[in-house]
Amino acid sequence: MQQIIYFFRKFRNFLLFLLLEILAITFTIQYHSYHTSKFVNSANLLTGGFYTKINSINEFFLLKTENKLLIEENVRLKNLLDKKEINYSLENYQVIDSTKYFQKYEYLSAKVINNNFTKRNNTLTINKGTNQGLTSDLGVINSNGIIGVIKNVSSNYSTVLSILNSSSKINVRLKNSNHFGTLTWNGKTHTTTQLMDIPRQALIKIGDTIITGGKSAIFPEGINIGVIKDFNFENNQYQQINVLLFNDMSSIGYVQIVKNLQKNEQNQLEQNTTNE
Amino acid sequence: MNNLILSNSIRFIVLVLLQVLIFNHIDLFGYLNPLIYIVWVFLFPIKKNKNLILFTSFLLGLSIDFFSDSGGINAAAMVFIAFIRLPILKAILRKSDFDYLLFNLRTISFDKIFLYIATLTVIHHFIVFSLEYFSLSDFTTIISNTFFTSIFTILISILGIQLFVKKTK
Repeated sequence: MQQIIYFFRKFRNFLLFLLLEILAITFTIQYHSYHTSKFVNSANLLTGGFYTKINSINEFFLLKTENKLLIEENVRLKNLLDKKEINYSLENYQVIDSTKYFQKYEYLSAKVINNNFTKRNNTLTINKGTNQGLTSDLGVINSNGIIGVIKNVSSNYSTVLSILNSSSKINVRLKNSNHFGTLTWNGKTHTTTQLMDIPRQALIKIGDTIITGGKSAIFPEGINIGVIKDFNFENNQYQQINVLLFNDMSSIGYVQIVKNLQKNEQNQLEQNTTNE
Repeated sequence: MNNLILSNSIRFIVLVLLQVLIFNHIDLFGYLNPLIYIVWVFLFPIKKNKNLILFTSFLLGLSIDFFSDSGGINAAAMVFIAFIRLPILKAILRKSDFDYLLFNLRTISFDKIFLYIATLTVIHHFIVFSLEYFSLSDFTTIISNTFFTSIFTILISILGIQLFVKKTK
């Protein structure tokens, strides 16, 4: 007994060091695995509130670019509306029966209060949480394209797993054909991401547009992502396809959160099918 | 004694705020962000009891992790350099036992200080980037990131120490 107490006394520094180091490594491992709920994140009251305060100052300097984005989005939506009117004047004009029509997606707006894009695994913090109806695994987009998927939620803040993250894998497809692929990031620059798993039958060219695939229940189909910057075709396979993002990931102000109202239904059906 | 506690608490808060608000957003050449909060380990008063520095370094690292959503990366690296600080300082100064109470970075010659800061910074950055990338295939990126960020951090921390630490206490 005496020996044990003596041992602990002699090595108490080293033991404390080991304890703290193991604790820190545990947090790190949790952070690297996508689906474990983690304790260290910026979606808590202190860090979230702090970032909100700072963001209200920074926001002032970004008003100009934010306005420009809004104008562009307005122009795009107005053009869409005008296209609709032509259809209305045609004879085969359809009335949507509101009792049979179900809304599939719901959009919520939120503000990015913290954004990083220089690390290997980047995350964003936004100023809405469970109180505003958010849960994890919702898509986050803005008018230029997709941004990421919500990871952790607290009552008033959430963290977003950016597409600039090693664990981010997003189902995408080519705009001009139905070949699907996965969007990943190799950690080099924040303007380009990598497209994987494109079948070799697909004919791609530099400048082809990439859009979301709509296979998963997170993003609606057809949101613009970027254009193909370059690629190499070796051994009858696409080795690396670089995609230049439409979005400037270094400056993101307001975002929209996509809530799929039929997500549970789709997931349940898919689960039942695989179980059979 | 109270004065020492007060000044160290203020330093703790100031370092967290500086790192989170300013130095995490510098993005020099697109990706370099100095990790200046490790100045905490350089300046922490040297005592025979090492528990306090281990614990406070862990807390400081964890605070940075909370703000930058990085798990326990900074905490792990901070605890490690806090643990090896005293052996390294002893090796550099070539003294087996020095004046614990009157230790002040500004009284030691510049080349020794530089060696002390550079060693700890490189070790710290290597741990941070290894844990962040977490794969052997990115080894070259880890090394280059460690190298360039270390230069930036060493430069800023030495400038900061020269400007803001008083020569005599």
